[in-house]
Amino acid sequence: MTHEMTAAAGTNGGEMQGATHLVPIRVYLTIFSILMILTAVTVGVSFVDLGPANTLVAIVIAVTKMMLVILYFMHVRYSSRLTWAVVGGGFFWLALLLLLTLADYLTRGPGWLHYG
Amino acid sequence: MAGAHATQHPKLQHHFDNLDQQFEASALGMWLFLVTEILFFGGLFLAYLVYRIAYPEAFAEASHELDVVLGGVNTAVLIGSSLTMAMAVWSAQLGKRSGQMLFLALTIGLGLVFLGIKAVEYSHKFEHGLVPGPNFRFESARNPVPAQLFFSLYFVMTGIHALHMIVGIGIMTVLFVMAFKGRFTRAYHTPVEVSGLYWHFVDIVWIFLFPLLYLIDRHGPVGH
Repeated sequence: MTHEMTAAAGTNGGEMQGATHLVPIRVYLTIFSILMILTAVTVGVSFVDLGPANTLVAIVIAVTKMMLVILYFMHVRYSSRLTWAVVGGGFFWLALLLLLTLADYLTRGPGWLHYG
Repeated sequence: MAGAHATQHPKLQHHFDNLDQQFEASALGMWLFLVTEILFFGGLFLAYLVYRIAYPEAFAEASHELDVVLGGVNTAVLIGSSLTMAMAVWSAQLGKRSGQMLFLALTIGLGLVFLGIKAVEYSHKFEHGLVPGPNFRFESARNPVPAQLFFSLYFVMTGIHALHMIVGIGIMTVLFVMAFKGRFTRAYHTPVEVSGLYWHFVDIVWIFLFPLLYLIDRHGPVGH
């Protein structure tokens, strides 16, 4: 153990954690701008009649915004494969929850869930 | 052996080989918690989807009672707070103490602005009798029963989201004090990173809540 290593391990000096990726500020500002533009687009589109496509467009825009936040703000793009597997696994279970339940309700035919 | 320990970073726990491995484990732990949160909110979104498919007109009618301007401003506020959070992590990665304090303070401030706007929205709902329960009166509604269901989902989903915001602001306040004390350096800033993951997750939940609750059929016949 050399003196240099001791100094490098001090509280204020030392190398940056190798596992964390330093993303340039320019990237953060670009992602922020895209997120703001997509917010304006999703509000604007909601006032235009696209029929059932309105909901689809809103969800596609929201998923796009989510992917940008996860990949860049949450650094998943620069993370290990283990992190990818855990994040992907979470969304896989969410997809099971949503798709299997909707596969039931959407195929029941008319007249389900009446109140009154 | 004693010599080897003398070279270790004081924040490195003995069961990890190095700070990188320790950071990976911490980030992975936070992600596992966030996966449980994804499924927790997923259940609420699923309930919302099923009832919206069942009562599309009533949900559109009730959704028009929400304020798109306040909801839109709050979306921008939260996205802005995600940017300042990312910048707080960036400052921590470089060991810049003043940057950490500035961006954590901005994140806390934007979080409080969000909650303030949310409080204004909630008080409007109370004034207009749109809170589910014995005092619910949505006189203009053609479908008051499922409209009440919409407002139940609205208050539960935005309420639990707001609770997450309050917890997040508490975490950011602790981080601010730690940053003030100079605890985060280039070599060790794991608390800022993993708390950032939580903050961005809460932002993502709102990214879905805003279009799904506020923007249903804005072009439709019940539009203002």
